[in-house]
Amino acid sequence: MSETGTGLGKTVAKLFAKTKTIIYTHNQCGDETVVVRAEDILDVMAYLRDSEEMKFDLMMDLTAVDYLNDPDLQPYLRKLKTRFEVVYHLYSMEKNHRLRVKVPLPEDKLEINSVTSLWRGADWFEREVFDLYGVRFLGHPNLKRILLYEEFKGHPLRKDYPKTKRQPLIGPRN
Amino acid sequence: MGVKDDDSLDEAVEALSDSVIITQLDSMISWGRKYSFFLYPFITACCGMEFMSVAGPRYDIDRFGAALPRFSPRQADLLFVVGTISHKQAPILVKVYNQMTEPKWVYAYGVCTVSGGMYDNYATVQGIDTLLPVDVYVPGCPPRPEMVLDGLIKLQEKVANTKGQLELASGIAPVGEADDRIVTG
Repeated sequence: MSETGTGLGKTVAKLFAKTKTIIYTHNQCGDETVVVRAEDILDVMAYLRDSEEMKFDLMMDLTAVDYLNDPDLQPYLRKLKTRFEVVYHLYSMEKNHRLRVKVPLPEDKLEINSVTSLWRGADWFEREVFDLYGVRFLGHPNLKRILLYEEFKGHPLRKDYPKTKRQPLIGPRN
Repeated sequence: MGVKDDDSLDEAVEALSDSVIITQLDSMISWGRKYSFFLYPFITACCGMEFMSVAGPRYDIDRFGAALPRFSPRQADLLFVVGTISHKQAPILVKVYNQMTEPKWVYAYGVCTVSGGMYDNYATVQGIDTLLPVDVYVPGCPPRPEMVLDGLIKLQEKVANTKGQLELASGIAPVGEADDRIVTG
């Protein structure tokens, strides 16, 4: 791990040190990452958006990863029984710095608070993650499929979705 | 014909040969149809670029009487399905096909429409013949313009060899009852 980063991850970890909010931080080639406990995501995100030293005014990307049966899963994620990770990429236009926030989720509790109250732009990203991975975002204003059609069964980007599975074709809609 | 005497028929043919062609109604209709396709280009993906090159002056499908695209299916009789068809797009394609007037033909342009191509996944229809009756399959990613023209000529042959053109105009069931087309696997 390189030490040339901005140190943002450590700053965040220090701030939330009294609780177990921040699970892990690392800095890969200057890209700062913090791994956050799911139930505290709104607190952390509100701090990242509003505080003077962070000012993350732009939510660039929100996606997810399925770690099903991944032999290279990091030990701290394995300990938390991680199946999915929701990944947020934040950017501050004012400060010109970036931060990646990751939230591990176990298979039996695939839900997380929506960040649409902080960044309106998260709306469609969260719908996409819901559509393709089946992660539920609590408090989302309109959580329904965005890319696939309503008759579609399952979530195709999950690792256990059969690659050759065929869905019922939908008929003409008038 | 009412003429029984061979000699008088020959005379009649000779007398009229400059101004009248004697043929069967069937072949005359076929001949007219094969040189007057009105395309509906249903273009969804990169094959569309190749379609433009075929339709343009260099390869010029106007030579085959198929130059004029109609942007209403009601005025078209040849459905060019050009590009990947996703399951979400499928109902729209079927609706367009059902709106076309008969007789009508379907041209599967490119390997994605023929079989799904390399997109063997959750999102892509595995060949449009799971949705519609297809007359010509032209694979290729994308097909060369020569292949497209060859397919068009083969379609012309098919149209020319179709018997009973007059009966064709009615009685073909519309495609698209959702329950009939469920594909599992």
